[in-house]
Amino acid sequence: MEMLEAYLPWIWGAVIATGVFVYVILDGFDLGVGMLCKFRKNEADRGVMINSIAPFWDGNETWLVLGGGGLFAAFPLAYSVVMPALYIPIILMLVSLIFRGVAFEFRFKAEGKGREFWDKAFVFGSVFAAFAQGVVLGGFVQGITYDEATRSFAGGTLDWLSPFSILCGIAVVFGYALLGACWLIMKTEGELQDWAYGLAPKILTVMLAFMVMFTLWTPFLHSGMPLLSIHLDEVMHTALWERWFSTPNIFFLGWIPVLVAVVAFLLYRAIARRQEIAPYLYTAALFLLGYIGLAVTAWPNIVPPDITLHEAAAHPSSQFLLLIGVVVLLPVILGYTGFIYWVFRGKVTHDAGYSH
Amino acid sequence: MEFDPVLLSRIQFAFTVSFHIIFPSFTIGLASWLAMLEWRYMRTGNVVFKETYQFWLKIFAIAFGMGVVSGIVMAYEFGTNWSGFSDAVGNVIGPLLGYEALTAFFLEATFLAIMLFGWDKVGPRLHFFSTLMVAFGTLFSSFWILSANSWMQTPAGFYLENGIAYPENWIEIIFNPSAPYRLLHMVTAAYLTTSFVVLAVGAFYFLRQRHIPQAKVMLNYALWFILIAAPLQLFSGDMHGLNALEHQPAKVAAMEANWETQGNVPLILFAIPDPEEEKNHYQLSIPNLTSLILTHHADGEVVGLKDFAKEDRPPVKWVFYCFRIMVGLGMLMILVGLLGLYFRWRGTLFTPSWFHRLCVAMGPSGFIAVISGWFVAEIGRQPWVVYNVFRTEDMASPLPGANVAISLAIFIIVYAIVFGSGVTYIFRLIKKGPQTGDTDGSHDPSAGHHPMMAADIPSPSETK
Repeated sequence: MEMLEAYLPWIWGAVIATGVFVYVILDGFDLGVGMLCKFRKNEADRGVMINSIAPFWDGNETWLVLGGGGLFAAFPLAYSVVMPALYIPIILMLVSLIFRGVAFEFRFKAEGKGREFWDKAFVFGSVFAAFAQGVVLGGFVQGITYDEATRSFAGGTLDWLSPFSILCGIAVVFGYALLGACWLIMKTEGELQDWAYGLAPKILTVMLAFMVMFTLWTPFLHSGMPLLSIHLDEVMHTALWERWFSTPNIFFLGWIPVLVAVVAFLLYRAIARRQEIAPYLYTAALFLLGYIGLAVTAWPNIVPPDITLHEAAAHPSSQFLLLIGVVVLLPVILGYTGFIYWVFRGKVTHDAGYSH
Repeated sequence: MEFDPVLLSRIQFAFTVSFHIIFPSFTIGLASWLAMLEWRYMRTGNVVFKETYQFWLKIFAIAFGMGVVSGIVMAYEFGTNWSGFSDAVGNVIGPLLGYEALTAFFLEATFLAIMLFGWDKVGPRLHFFSTLMVAFGTLFSSFWILSANSWMQTPAGFYLENGIAYPENWIEIIFNPSAPYRLLHMVTAAYLTTSFVVLAVGAFYFLRQRHIPQAKVMLNYALWFILIAAPLQLFSGDMHGLNALEHQPAKVAAMEANWETQGNVPLILFAIPDPEEEKNHYQLSIPNLTSLILTHHADGEVVGLKDFAKEDRPPVKWVFYCFRIMVGLGMLMILVGLLGLYFRWRGTLFTPSWFHRLCVAMGPSGFIAVISGWFVAEIGRQPWVVYNVFRTEDMASPLPGANVAISLAIFIIVYAIVFGSGVTYIFRLIKKGPQTGDTDGSHDPSAGHHPMMAADIPSPSETK
């Protein structure tokens, strides 16, 4: 038990990281499909697109609740510091998710102007939810001001707002759009699928550009200097720089950008060869690699740059109690989630709607 | 202009949670009602049950969606606006909320997909199983969230260190003193809320002389349930009140607007409590009844508000008035149940009459009673966020007031649009009524392209 106590914060860090990753690659595709609805005005196409995600979006979004709830339970200090620090983007995310979530049902009940309104709510709710999540990510990675004496956030209202966090916001929008396009490749056929095939490589190129920018920018984040007037020798002494570029770390971490290049190549090729399932999987792999890079950057903090996993950890008994639940119930959840994807497998077509 | 972030955060939380609770208190009962209908359909093969099921499923889909999105807000608001609270009690109630997500949210979200869109994808048994899973999910969810809330009312099984609560005994935390009573009282309240909506819709169709077979099912089941559950609710409320008297005496004193600790406390039917002068104006009361209810003796002594320092008393007026609204509606509910029995005995239950108009008018009664009841529970807990342990005012996030003012304004506008629309669409579905086999979607020219929204669930003839 004492052995376990020492490892609990690591285990929980891994559980939450996994939960957030699952959220990203699942809700990512349905938010992405939501955005792409903007470009298909045809009611039949929109019907198929929404059809393809309708049975899944609610379950996908539940991972976001698990992420928030898990953080609250396992690292209450981190939760209580991060949430006020990112107040504005989180409220933006919640409001966007509200609009988009209800639009699924509402757009079919409304007519004329009402239908147009909920269509817009669906598209823009998806875009802004993704953007806000990216901004939250950026605001988190660039660091949050923490006051140890009061155990609380001690920065300003707009601390999260920076060119870097905006860049992250836009990057996530494109990332989710790519997941959405790959989902459409998998779930549709005919003209709509052709369109998704044509769109996916373009989005991928933009997303890769953002990944490169993100990667080049990150080492400079904690050096406290504006990007354009840096003194490289000072940057080179920050912990973040050390983490990535010192030996032997670089030999362990250097494979991440290489793998990104390889997976990106495979993804371009899979799209060109009109494979149907591989593009989505390769995109998920790209997200995973970016995510591992992020984890290395944040390590061992749960709130960069000051709060470590161990400092923020809940009482071992709290972490242990919920861990039992995770160990017992998560496999069951994954089981019936997989079952749902199996029940609603295959192509969604114009004439296979639910009215038949 | 200076905004008080604590007050605004309180208003924002009260606003968002009050809106949120409307939907779960409806869908908890609705899920079980749907399970009942589907089970009756499977047993009898009577297509009326299936048509009634499909009708309520469409309404369930909308209400459930609104419950989900307004619920996600709650999961984050603890952190955004009440970071002191999150840090101080996260060790204790965090795992309870975690278990809610693990045992309930995934179950509901996943099997809802089969309920809504799985008609021609899975067999009838698996479909019924899915409905049951959603119903169980709503109950699991109630269990955990009410356990967490009850712990804030009657904290147990913990110790304090440097202003942070740590768990000592999980059984005592989860089954804290008020948890069983609150769970029983709230789940019954949710079931009653749904019953009155079902009753109102059925009665509405009788008045219009439409959808009579389905309306009979609604009226019949709802009235039997109300007849049994409404009196039980009075009983469970009484137990809940006695529990509060033991653990939260200031709350009970505020509910009764009882200022002095004394025997022979009357039951106040109406009064205007005055917290400044510490007395009531225009009091109309029944002698000794409060003493009798709370102590089971006419001269039993009941603790009064003056026993508590002014800064430790809840806002009396809110608690006092809301309690009367809740109890008053509860009495009306019992009356409706008895009237239903009377009309049944007379054999005129299905003949349109003033009783059906009363049933329609009682449609929203459950919602009002639930919100009033929660106001009693939560305002009655003030000024504590965790009773006698943490004060609400010390637990807010270090946010500038302007931020909270803006977010509150946004929530009010967004909720007005979203929930206004949702309620409108639900009313539209009710007006349209259950779809029977001979009026299937094939007459709808757009049916072929319709995505699989719940409102387009096929009627039986289409699924083949």
